[in-house]
Amino acid sequence: MKLDDLLYQDSEWLRGTGPQSEIAMSSRIRLARNMEGLPFSHWAGKNKEEEILSLIEPAIHSSDYLKNAVFLRLDELSGLDKQFLLERHLISHEHAEGKNHKAVVISDREIISIMINEEDHLRIQVLQSGFNLLEAWKLISKIDRELEKKLNFAFNSRWGYLTACPTNVGTGMRASVMLHLPALVMAKQIGKVLQALDKLSIAARGLYGEGTEASGNLFQFSNQITLGHSEEELLDNIERVVRQVVAHEDEARRVLMSRNQERISDRIWRSYGTLKSARLISSSETTVLLSMVRLGIDVGLLKTLNRAQVNRLFILSQPAHLQKIEKKTLTPMRRDVKRADLIRKELSEHIS
Amino acid sequence: MLCDICGKKEATVHITEIIDNKMTELHLCEECARKKEASIEHPFSLADLLGGLTDIGTILEPAKMVQKKCPGCGLGYNDFKKIGRLGCDRCYETFKEALDPLLKRIHGSNRHLGKFPVSQPRKVKVKTKIEGLRARLERAIQVEKYEEAIKLRDQINALEKKKGYKR
Repeated sequence: MKLDDLLYQDSEWLRGTGPQSEIAMSSRIRLARNMEGLPFSHWAGKNKEEEILSLIEPAIHSSDYLKNAVFLRLDELSGLDKQFLLERHLISHEHAEGKNHKAVVISDREIISIMINEEDHLRIQVLQSGFNLLEAWKLISKIDRELEKKLNFAFNSRWGYLTACPTNVGTGMRASVMLHLPALVMAKQIGKVLQALDKLSIAARGLYGEGTEASGNLFQFSNQITLGHSEEELLDNIERVVRQVVAHEDEARRVLMSRNQERISDRIWRSYGTLKSARLISSSETTVLLSMVRLGIDVGLLKTLNRAQVNRLFILSQPAHLQKIEKKTLTPMRRDVKRADLIRKELSEHIS
Repeated sequence: MLCDICGKKEATVHITEIIDNKMTELHLCEECARKKEASIEHPFSLADLLGGLTDIGTILEPAKMVQKKCPGCGLGYNDFKKIGRLGCDRCYETFKEALDPLLKRIHGSNRHLGKFPVSQPRKVKVKTKIEGLRARLERAIQVEKYEEAIKLRDQINALEKKKGYKR
Protein backbone atom coordinates (compact mmCIF):
# COMPACT_ATOMS: atom_id res chain seq x y z
CA MET A 1 0.00 0.00 0.00
CA LYS A 2 1.16 3.55 -0.76
CA LEU A 3 0.16 6.89 0.73
CA ASP A 4 -1.86 7.89 -2.34
CA ASP A 5 -3.91 4.69 -2.09
CA LEU A 6 -5.47 6.13 1.07
CA LEU A 7 -7.18 8.87 -0.93
CA TYR A 8 -9.89 6.70 -2.45
CA GLN A 9 -9.83 4.01 0.17
CA ASP A 10 -12.86 3.89 2.41
CA SER A 11 -11.28 3.90 5.80
CA GLU A 12 -12.92 2.16 8.73
CA TRP A 13 -14.42 5.26 10.26
CA LEU A 14 -16.07 6.27 6.99
CA ARG A 15 -18.09 3.09 6.87
CA GLY A 16 -20.96 4.69 8.77
CA THR A 17 -21.99 1.37 10.28
CA GLY A 18 -21.48 -0.28 13.64
CA PRO A 19 -23.36 0.10 16.92
CA GLN A 20 -25.29 3.40 17.35
CA SER A 21 -23.82 4.68 14.10
CA GLU A 22 -26.59 7.25 13.54
CA ILE A 23 -25.09 9.30 16.35
CA ALA A 24 -21.70 7.76 17.10
CA MET A 25 -19.41 8.29 14.11
CA SER A 26 -16.34 6.50 15.40
CA SER A 27 -14.58 5.14 18.44
CA ARG A 28 -10.85 5.31 18.90
CA ILE A 29 -8.33 4.20 21.48
CA ARG A 30 -4.70 5.13 21.66
CA LEU A 31 -1.93 3.78 23.84
CA ALA A 32 1.26 5.64 24.67
CA ARG A 33 4.29 3.37 25.01
CA ASN A 34 8.01 4.02 25.48
CA MET A 35 11.07 1.83 25.56
CA GLU A 36 13.09 1.35 28.69
CA GLY A 37 16.37 3.23 29.08
CA LEU A 38 15.96 5.60 26.13
CA PRO A 39 15.01 9.27 26.33
CA PHE A 40 11.41 10.10 25.41
CA SER A 41 11.19 11.28 21.80
CA HIS A 42 10.56 14.97 22.52
CA TRP A 43 13.80 15.03 24.59
CA ALA A 44 15.83 12.62 22.50
CA GLY A 45 17.56 14.71 19.84
CA LYS A 46 18.39 13.60 16.33
CA ASN A 47 20.72 10.65 16.92
CA LYS A 48 18.68 9.05 19.66
CA GLU A 49 15.49 9.50 17.65
CA GLU A 50 17.10 7.62 14.77
CA GLU A 51 18.13 4.87 17.21
CA ILE A 52 14.57 4.65 18.57
CA LEU A 53 13.15 4.47 15.06
CA SER A 54 15.61 1.77 14.04
CA LEU A 55 14.60 -0.34 17.05
CA ILE A 56 10.88 0.05 16.41
CA GLU A 57 10.84 -0.44 12.64
CA PRO A 58 11.71 -4.18 12.61
CA ALA A 59 9.16 -4.84 15.38
CA ILE A 60 6.50 -3.19 13.23
CA HIS A 61 7.48 -5.11 10.10
CA SER A 62 7.30 -8.43 11.91
CA SER A 63 3.81 -7.74 13.29
CA ASP A 64 0.99 -9.99 12.14
CA TYR A 65 -1.44 -7.10 12.49
CA LEU A 66 0.55 -4.76 10.27
CA LYS A 67 1.31 -6.99 7.29
CA ASN A 68 -0.12 -4.70 4.61
CA ALA A 69 0.64 -1.53 6.49
CA VAL A 70 2.43 1.41 4.95
CA PHE A 71 5.46 2.75 6.83
CA LEU A 72 6.10 6.44 6.15
CA ARG A 73 9.00 8.57 7.32
CA LEU A 74 7.68 12.09 7.80
CA ASP A 75 10.95 13.72 6.67
CA GLU A 76 10.33 12.17 3.26
CA LEU A 77 6.82 13.59 2.90
CA SER A 78 5.71 16.90 1.39
CA GLY A 79 3.80 19.47 3.43
CA LEU A 80 0.66 18.60 1.50
CA ASP A 81 1.00 14.89 2.31
CA LYS A 82 1.41 15.69 5.99
CA GLN A 83 -1.66 17.91 5.92
CA PHE A 84 -3.50 15.06 4.21
CA LEU A 85 -2.59 12.64 7.02
CA LEU A 86 -3.60 15.25 9.55
CA GLU A 87 -7.02 15.67 7.96
CA ARG A 88 -7.50 11.90 8.21
CA HIS A 89 -6.61 11.95 11.94
CA LEU A 90 -3.64 9.70 11.30
CA ILE A 91 -1.05 12.08 12.72
CA SER A 92 -1.17 15.01 15.17
CA HIS A 93 -0.13 18.62 14.48
CA GLU A 94 2.86 18.08 16.73
CA HIS A 95 3.88 15.07 14.68
CA ALA A 96 3.37 16.85 11.36
CA GLU A 97 5.52 19.77 12.38
CA GLY A 98 8.22 17.88 14.23
CA LYS A 99 11.77 17.70 12.95
CA ASN A 100 14.12 14.71 12.81
CA HIS A 101 13.17 11.09 12.53
CA LYS A 102 9.46 10.66 12.87
CA ALA A 103 7.32 8.06 11.20
CA VAL A 104 3.78 6.83 10.92
CA VAL A 105 2.49 3.34 10.21
CA ILE A 106 -0.96 2.94 8.71
CA SER A 107 -2.75 -0.38 8.37
CA ASP A 108 -5.32 -1.57 5.92
CA ARG A 109 -8.50 0.56 6.08
CA GLU A 110 -6.70 2.78 8.60
CA ILE A 111 -7.96 0.69 11.52
CA ILE A 112 -4.51 0.68 13.08
CA SER A 113 -2.08 3.56 12.96
CA ILE A 114 1.08 4.13 14.92
CA MET A 115 2.95 7.39 15.34
CA ILE A 116 6.62 6.82 16.04
CA ASN A 117 8.61 9.52 17.83
CA GLU A 118 5.73 11.85 18.59
CA GLU A 119 6.34 12.91 22.21
CA ASP A 120 6.35 9.23 23.20
CA HIS A 121 8.22 6.53 21.28
CA LEU A 122 4.95 4.91 20.20
CA ARG A 123 1.41 6.17 19.95
CA ILE A 124 -0.66 3.19 18.89
CA GLN A 125 -4.17 3.97 17.68
CA VAL A 126 -7.09 1.75 16.79
CA LEU A 127 -10.22 3.05 15.14
CA GLN A 128 -13.66 1.51 14.81
CA SER A 129 -16.77 2.71 13.07
CA GLY A 130 -19.72 3.50 15.36
CA PHE A 131 -19.80 3.14 19.13
CA ASN A 132 -17.45 0.24 19.56
CA LEU A 133 -14.78 0.83 22.17
CA LEU A 134 -14.78 -2.80 23.21
CA GLU A 135 -13.66 -4.05 19.78
CA ALA A 136 -11.07 -1.30 19.61
CA TRP A 137 -9.76 -2.29 23.03
CA LYS A 138 -9.55 -6.00 22.16
CA LEU A 139 -7.52 -5.26 19.06
CA ILE A 140 -5.18 -2.65 20.53
CA SER A 141 -4.53 -4.87 23.51
CA LYS A 142 -3.39 -7.67 21.20
CA ILE A 143 -1.13 -5.33 19.24
CA ASP A 144 0.35 -4.09 22.50
CA ARG A 145 1.03 -7.70 23.61
CA GLU A 146 2.63 -8.49 20.30
CA LEU A 147 4.89 -5.44 20.29
CA GLU A 148 6.00 -5.96 23.89
CA LYS A 149 7.54 -9.28 22.87
CA LYS A 150 9.99 -7.36 20.70
CA LEU A 151 10.28 -4.08 22.56
CA ASN A 152 11.08 -3.61 26.21
CA PHE A 153 8.45 -1.12 27.34
CA ALA A 154 9.18 1.31 30.18
CA PHE A 155 6.98 0.15 33.03
CA ASN A 156 6.98 0.61 36.77
CA SER A 157 4.70 -1.36 39.07
CA ARG A 158 3.74 1.78 40.96
CA TRP A 159 2.96 4.09 38.03
CA GLY A 160 2.34 1.67 35.20
CA TYR A 161 3.46 2.55 31.66
CA LEU A 162 5.76 5.55 31.85
CA THR A 163 5.05 8.38 29.43
CA ALA A 164 6.60 11.72 28.54
CA CYS A 165 3.65 13.62 29.96
CA PRO A 166 2.42 12.76 33.45
CA THR A 167 -1.18 13.17 32.24
CA ASN A 168 -0.80 9.93 30.22
CA VAL A 169 1.01 7.72 32.74
CA GLY A 170 -0.45 4.45 34.06
CA THR A 171 -2.56 2.86 31.36
CA GLY A 172 -1.25 5.32 28.76
CA MET A 173 -4.72 5.01 27.30
CA ARG A 174 -6.88 7.71 25.78
CA ALA A 175 -10.22 6.47 24.46
CA SER A 176 -12.64 8.67 22.60
CA VAL A 177 -15.97 8.55 20.83
CA MET A 178 -17.01 11.07 18.18
CA LEU A 179 -20.69 11.97 18.39
CA HIS A 180 -22.87 13.85 15.92
CA LEU A 181 -25.29 15.91 18.03
CA PRO A 182 -27.24 18.27 15.74
CA ALA A 183 -30.54 18.05 17.63
CA LEU A 184 -28.97 18.88 20.99
CA VAL A 185 -27.20 21.84 19.38
CA MET A 186 -30.34 23.08 17.56
CA ALA A 187 -32.42 22.74 20.71
CA LYS A 188 -29.66 24.65 22.53
CA GLN A 189 -29.44 21.84 25.06
CA ILE A 190 -25.90 20.77 24.40
CA GLY A 191 -24.38 22.87 27.19
CA LYS A 192 -26.99 21.74 29.65
CA VAL A 193 -26.65 18.09 28.78
CA LEU A 194 -22.91 18.18 29.13
CA GLN A 195 -23.14 20.11 32.35
CA ALA A 196 -25.76 17.73 33.70
CA LEU A 197 -23.38 14.84 33.35
CA ASP A 198 -21.82 13.95 36.63
CA LYS A 199 -18.24 14.87 37.19
CA LEU A 200 -17.03 11.71 35.62
CA SER A 201 -13.55 12.65 34.51
CA ILE A 202 -14.65 12.86 30.91
CA ALA A 203 -13.55 15.67 28.62
CA ALA A 204 -15.90 16.75 25.86
CA ARG A 205 -14.93 19.09 23.09
CA GLY A 206 -16.64 20.34 19.99
CA LEU A 207 -14.97 20.22 16.65
CA TYR A 208 -16.05 23.28 14.77
CA GLY A 209 -14.96 23.45 11.16
CA GLU A 210 -12.87 26.31 9.85
CA GLY A 211 -14.72 29.56 9.33
CA THR A 212 -16.95 31.67 11.49
CA GLU A 213 -20.10 30.24 12.99
CA ALA A 214 -19.35 26.94 11.38
CA SER A 215 -20.25 23.78 13.10
CA GLY A 216 -20.41 20.20 12.06
CA ASN A 217 -22.13 19.44 15.36
CA LEU A 218 -19.37 16.96 16.07
CA PHE A 219 -18.22 16.37 19.62
CA GLN A 220 -15.49 14.17 20.95
CA PHE A 221 -15.74 12.55 24.37
CA SER A 222 -12.60 11.14 25.97
CA ASN A 223 -11.24 10.02 29.34
CA GLN A 224 -9.34 12.66 31.26
CA ILE A 225 -7.44 10.39 33.60
CA THR A 226 -5.23 7.42 32.83
CA LEU A 227 -3.95 6.29 36.24
CA GLY A 228 -5.57 4.57 39.23
CA HIS A 229 -8.19 2.63 37.26
CA SER A 230 -8.02 -0.36 34.98
CA GLU A 231 -8.49 0.13 31.24
CA GLU A 232 -11.84 -1.66 31.45
CA GLU A 233 -13.06 0.71 34.17
CA LEU A 234 -12.00 3.77 32.19
CA LEU A 235 -13.75 2.45 29.09
CA ASP A 236 -16.84 1.57 31.05
CA ASN A 237 -16.94 5.12 32.37
CA ILE A 238 -16.85 6.66 28.88
CA GLU A 239 -19.39 4.16 27.63
CA ARG A 240 -21.83 5.11 30.33
CA VAL A 241 -21.46 8.82 29.59
CA VAL A 242 -21.72 8.31 25.83
CA ARG A 243 -24.80 6.14 26.21
CA GLN A 244 -26.46 8.92 28.21
CA VAL A 245 -25.58 11.57 25.65
CA VAL A 246 -26.77 9.39 22.77
CA ALA A 247 -30.09 8.88 24.59
CA HIS A 248 -30.44 12.66 25.03
CA GLU A 249 -29.71 13.25 21.35
CA ASP A 250 -32.27 10.60 20.37
CA GLU A 251 -34.85 12.27 22.57
CA ALA A 252 -34.02 15.74 21.21
CA ARG A 253 -34.43 14.47 17.63
CA ARG A 254 -37.78 12.93 18.48
CA VAL A 255 -38.99 16.19 20.06
CA LEU A 256 -37.68 18.32 17.18
CA MET A 257 -39.30 16.12 14.57
CA SER A 258 -42.64 16.07 16.36
CA ARG A 259 -42.82 19.79 17.26
CA ASN A 260 -40.87 21.46 14.45
CA GLN A 261 -41.11 18.93 11.69
CA GLU A 262 -41.69 21.43 8.87
CA ARG A 263 -38.93 23.73 9.96
CA ILE A 264 -36.39 20.93 10.39
CA SER A 265 -37.26 19.18 7.15
CA ASP A 266 -37.04 22.55 5.35
CA ARG A 267 -33.56 23.04 6.73
CA ILE A 268 -32.50 19.55 5.75
CA TRP A 269 -33.84 19.85 2.18
CA ARG A 270 -32.34 23.33 1.74
CA SER A 271 -28.97 22.05 2.93
CA TYR A 272 -29.17 19.21 0.45
CA GLY A 273 -30.28 21.63 -2.28
CA THR A 274 -27.38 23.99 -1.64
CA LEU A 275 -24.84 21.18 -1.71
CA LYS A 276 -26.31 19.90 -4.97
CA SER A 277 -26.26 23.25 -6.72
CA ALA A 278 -23.44 25.37 -5.28
CA ARG A 279 -20.67 26.47 -7.66
CA LEU A 280 -18.44 27.81 -4.86
CA ILE A 281 -18.40 26.48 -1.33
CA SER A 282 -16.10 26.90 1.67
CA SER A 283 -15.17 24.00 3.90
CA SER A 284 -16.98 25.58 6.86
CA GLU A 285 -20.25 25.88 4.97
CA THR A 286 -19.78 22.32 3.72
CA THR A 287 -19.43 21.02 7.27
CA VAL A 288 -22.62 22.74 8.42
CA LEU A 289 -24.66 21.53 5.45
CA LEU A 290 -23.32 17.99 5.56
CA SER A 291 -24.27 17.80 9.22
CA MET A 292 -27.88 18.63 8.29
CA VAL A 293 -27.84 16.13 5.42
CA ARG A 294 -26.57 13.46 7.78
CA LEU A 295 -29.46 14.25 10.12
CA GLY A 296 -31.80 14.00 7.13
CA ILE A 297 -30.58 10.46 6.45
CA ASP A 298 -30.91 9.53 10.14
CA VAL A 299 -34.51 10.70 10.40
CA GLY A 300 -35.46 9.01 7.13
CA LEU A 301 -36.00 12.13 4.99
CA LEU A 302 -33.17 11.68 2.52
CA LYS A 303 -33.77 8.13 1.45
CA THR A 304 -31.50 8.01 -1.59
CA LEU A 305 -28.33 8.80 0.35
CA ASN A 306 -26.41 6.84 2.93
CA ARG A 307 -24.16 7.83 5.79
CA ALA A 308 -20.99 6.47 4.21
CA GLN A 309 -21.40 8.96 1.30
CA VAL A 310 -21.79 11.88 3.68
CA ASN A 311 -18.82 10.71 5.75
CA ARG A 312 -16.79 10.47 2.55
CA LEU A 313 -17.68 14.06 1.64
CA PHE A 314 -16.79 15.24 5.15
CA ILE A 315 -13.28 13.97 4.55
CA LEU A 316 -12.77 14.53 0.80
CA SER A 317 -13.90 18.16 0.96
CA GLN A 318 -11.00 19.14 3.23
CA PRO A 319 -8.27 21.34 1.71
CA ALA A 320 -5.42 18.82 1.44
CA HIS A 321 -7.74 16.11 0.15
CA LEU A 322 -8.99 18.36 -2.65
CA GLN A 323 -5.44 19.16 -3.63
CA LYS A 324 -4.46 15.50 -3.61
CA ILE A 325 -7.42 14.72 -5.86
CA GLU A 326 -6.40 17.52 -8.25
CA LYS A 327 -2.73 16.56 -7.90
CA LYS A 328 -1.65 20.19 -7.50
CA THR A 329 -1.77 23.03 -4.98
CA LEU A 330 -4.85 25.21 -5.22
CA THR A 331 -5.62 28.71 -3.96
CA PRO A 332 -8.50 28.91 -1.45
CA MET A 333 -10.73 30.26 -4.24
CA ARG A 334 -9.92 27.36 -6.58
CA ARG A 335 -10.47 24.95 -3.69
CA ASP A 336 -13.97 26.35 -3.15
CA VAL A 337 -14.74 25.75 -6.83
CA LYS A 338 -13.30 22.24 -6.83
CA ARG A 339 -15.07 21.42 -3.57
CA ALA A 340 -18.43 22.45 -5.04
CA ASP A 341 -17.70 20.35 -8.16
CA LEU A 342 -16.79 17.33 -6.09
CA ILE A 343 -19.89 17.55 -3.90
CA ARG A 344 -22.24 18.02 -6.87
CA LYS A 345 -20.68 15.05 -8.62
CA GLU A 346 -20.82 12.77 -5.56
CA LEU A 347 -24.42 13.70 -4.79
CA SER A 348 -25.70 13.41 -8.36
CA GLU A 349 -24.09 9.99 -8.79
CA HIS A 350 -26.09 8.71 -5.90
CA ILE A 351 -29.55 9.74 -6.93
CA SER A 352 -31.52 6.60 -7.57
CA MET B 1 -13.11 38.06 13.76
CA LEU B 2 -9.64 38.21 15.31
CA CYS B 3 -7.92 35.41 17.21
CA ASP B 4 -8.81 35.26 20.92
CA ILE B 5 -5.23 34.44 21.90
CA CYS B 6 -2.94 36.64 19.79
CA GLY B 7 -5.57 39.20 18.78
CA LYS B 8 -3.67 39.80 15.54
CA LYS B 9 -4.57 37.23 12.94
CA GLU B 10 -7.97 36.31 11.54
CA ALA B 11 -9.69 33.55 13.54
CA THR B 12 -10.34 30.55 11.29
CA VAL B 13 -10.61 27.76 13.85
CA HIS B 14 -13.47 27.60 16.31
CA ILE B 15 -13.36 25.39 19.32
CA THR B 16 -15.89 24.67 22.03
CA GLU B 17 -14.39 23.19 25.14
CA ILE B 18 -16.30 21.67 27.98
CA ILE B 19 -14.02 20.94 30.86
CA ASP B 20 -15.26 20.42 34.39
CA ASN B 21 -18.78 21.39 33.36
CA LYS B 22 -17.80 24.78 32.01
CA MET B 23 -18.29 25.56 28.36
CA THR B 24 -16.09 28.07 26.61
CA GLU B 25 -15.95 29.07 22.98
CA LEU B 26 -12.64 29.99 21.44
CA HIS B 27 -12.00 31.61 18.09
CA LEU B 28 -8.41 31.15 17.07
CA CYS B 29 -6.04 31.70 14.20
CA GLU B 30 -4.43 28.58 12.77
CA GLU B 31 -1.13 29.11 14.54
CA CYS B 32 -2.63 29.61 17.99
CA ALA B 33 -5.02 26.71 17.39
CA ARG B 34 -2.07 24.42 16.81
CA LYS B 35 -0.49 25.46 20.05
CA LYS B 36 -3.83 24.98 21.73
CA GLU B 37 -4.18 21.48 20.33
CA ALA B 38 -1.42 20.21 22.58
CA SER B 39 -3.33 21.45 25.60
CA ILE B 40 -6.53 19.81 24.39
CA GLU B 41 -4.71 16.50 24.20
CA HIS B 42 -3.72 17.10 27.79
CA PRO B 43 -6.80 18.68 29.29
CA PHE B 44 -5.07 19.80 32.44
CA SER B 45 -3.03 22.91 32.50
CA LEU B 46 0.22 21.39 33.58
CA ALA B 47 1.79 24.72 34.25
CA ASP B 48 -0.97 25.46 36.76
CA LEU B 49 -0.61 22.11 38.40
CA LEU B 50 3.13 22.39 38.59
CA GLY B 51 2.86 25.91 39.90
CA GLY B 52 0.40 24.71 42.53
CA LEU B 53 2.85 22.12 43.69
CA THR B 54 4.70 24.49 45.92
CA ASP B 55 1.64 24.31 48.16
CA ILE B 56 2.75 20.87 49.15
CA GLY B 57 6.14 22.25 50.05
CA THR B 58 6.65 20.08 53.09
CA ILE B 59 6.75 16.93 51.01
CA LEU B 60 8.71 18.48 48.22
CA GLU B 61 11.67 20.25 49.72
CA PRO B 62 11.63 22.50 46.66
CA ALA B 63 15.19 23.77 46.96
CA LYS B 64 16.59 20.27 46.81
CA MET B 65 14.24 19.31 43.99
CA VAL B 66 15.21 22.28 41.84
CA GLN B 67 18.84 21.17 41.86
CA LYS B 68 18.00 17.64 40.81
CA LYS B 69 18.97 16.37 37.39
CA CYS B 70 17.97 13.00 36.00
CA PRO B 71 21.04 10.72 35.69
CA GLY B 72 19.32 8.94 32.80
CA CYS B 73 18.75 11.85 30.44
CA GLY B 74 20.04 15.04 32.07
CA LEU B 75 16.60 16.67 32.40
CA GLY B 76 16.49 19.07 35.35
CA TYR B 77 13.47 19.74 37.54
CA ASN B 78 13.18 23.23 36.06
CA ASP B 79 13.16 21.78 32.54
CA PHE B 80 10.24 19.61 33.59
CA LYS B 81 8.38 22.59 35.01
CA LYS B 82 9.00 24.53 31.83
CA ILE B 83 8.07 21.93 29.22
CA GLY B 84 5.66 19.86 31.30
CA ARG B 85 7.20 16.65 29.99
CA LEU B 86 9.66 14.21 31.54
CA GLY B 87 12.85 13.26 29.72
CA CYS B 88 12.99 9.47 30.15
CA ASP B 89 11.61 6.58 32.20
CA ARG B 90 14.20 7.15 34.94
CA CYS B 91 12.88 10.68 35.53
CA TYR B 92 9.93 9.10 37.36
CA GLU B 93 12.30 7.80 40.08
CA THR B 94 14.44 10.93 40.04
CA PHE B 95 11.52 13.29 40.65
CA LYS B 96 9.43 10.82 42.61
CA GLU B 97 8.76 13.16 45.55
CA ALA B 98 7.36 15.82 43.26
CA LEU B 99 5.55 13.46 40.92
CA ASP B 100 3.65 11.43 43.47
CA PRO B 101 1.53 14.35 44.73
CA LEU B 102 1.26 15.73 41.17
CA LEU B 103 -0.12 12.45 39.85
CA LYS B 104 -2.55 12.36 42.72
CA ARG B 105 -3.80 15.79 41.71
CA ILE B 106 -4.09 14.97 38.05
CA HIS B 107 -5.54 11.48 38.28
CA GLY B 108 -6.92 11.31 41.81
CA SER B 109 -4.55 8.41 42.41
CA ASN B 110 -0.86 7.65 42.22
CA ARG B 111 -1.10 3.89 41.77
CA HIS B 112 -1.37 1.94 38.54
CA LEU B 113 -4.35 -0.42 38.37
CA GLY B 114 -4.30 -1.29 34.67
CA LYS B 115 -2.62 -3.86 32.54
CA PHE B 116 0.91 -5.18 33.06
CA PRO B 117 3.44 -6.35 30.51
CA VAL B 118 3.55 -10.17 30.43
CA SER B 119 7.19 -10.04 31.48
CA GLN B 120 6.29 -8.74 34.95
CA PRO B 121 6.11 -11.48 37.60
CA ARG B 122 2.66 -12.40 38.89
CA LYS B 123 3.60 -11.64 42.49
CA VAL B 124 4.33 -8.02 41.58
CA LYS B 125 1.04 -7.72 39.74
CA VAL B 126 -1.04 -8.85 42.69
CA LYS B 127 0.91 -6.70 45.13
CA THR B 128 0.47 -3.64 42.91
CA LYS B 129 -3.20 -4.33 42.45
CA ILE B 130 -3.75 -4.53 46.20
CA GLU B 131 -1.83 -1.27 46.72
CA GLY B 132 -3.84 0.40 43.99
CA LEU B 133 -7.13 -0.76 45.43
CA ARG B 134 -6.06 0.41 48.89
CA ALA B 135 -5.36 3.89 47.52
CA ARG B 136 -8.81 3.89 45.91
CA LEU B 137 -10.39 2.69 49.18
CA GLU B 138 -8.74 5.50 51.09
CA ARG B 139 -10.10 8.02 48.63
CA ALA B 140 -13.56 6.50 48.59
CA ILE B 141 -13.72 6.86 52.38
CA GLN B 142 -12.45 10.44 52.15
CA VAL B 143 -15.21 11.43 49.75
CA GLU B 144 -17.75 9.36 51.70
CA LYS B 145 -18.53 6.92 48.88
CA TYR B 146 -19.14 4.07 51.30
CA GLU B 147 -20.83 1.71 48.89
CA GLU B 148 -17.78 1.85 46.64
CA ALA B 149 -15.53 1.50 49.70
CA ILE B 150 -17.22 -1.76 50.71
CA LYS B 151 -16.79 -3.15 47.20
CA LEU B 152 -13.13 -2.18 47.17
CA ARG B 153 -12.56 -3.67 50.64
CA ASP B 154 -14.05 -6.98 49.48
CA GLN B 155 -11.87 -6.97 46.37
CA ILE B 156 -8.78 -6.38 48.49
CA ASN B 157 -9.71 -9.14 50.92
CA ALA B 158 -10.32 -11.58 48.08
CA LEU B 159 -6.93 -10.81 46.51
CA GLU B 160 -5.13 -11.11 49.82
CA LYS B 161 -6.75 -14.45 50.58
CA LYS B 162 -5.77 -15.76 47.18
CA LYS B 163 -2.22 -14.74 47.80
CA GLY B 164 -2.05 -16.05 51.35
CA TYR B 165 -1.22 -12.51 52.41
CA LYS B 166 -1.59 -11.36 55.98
CA ARG B 167 -2.31 -7.73 56.84
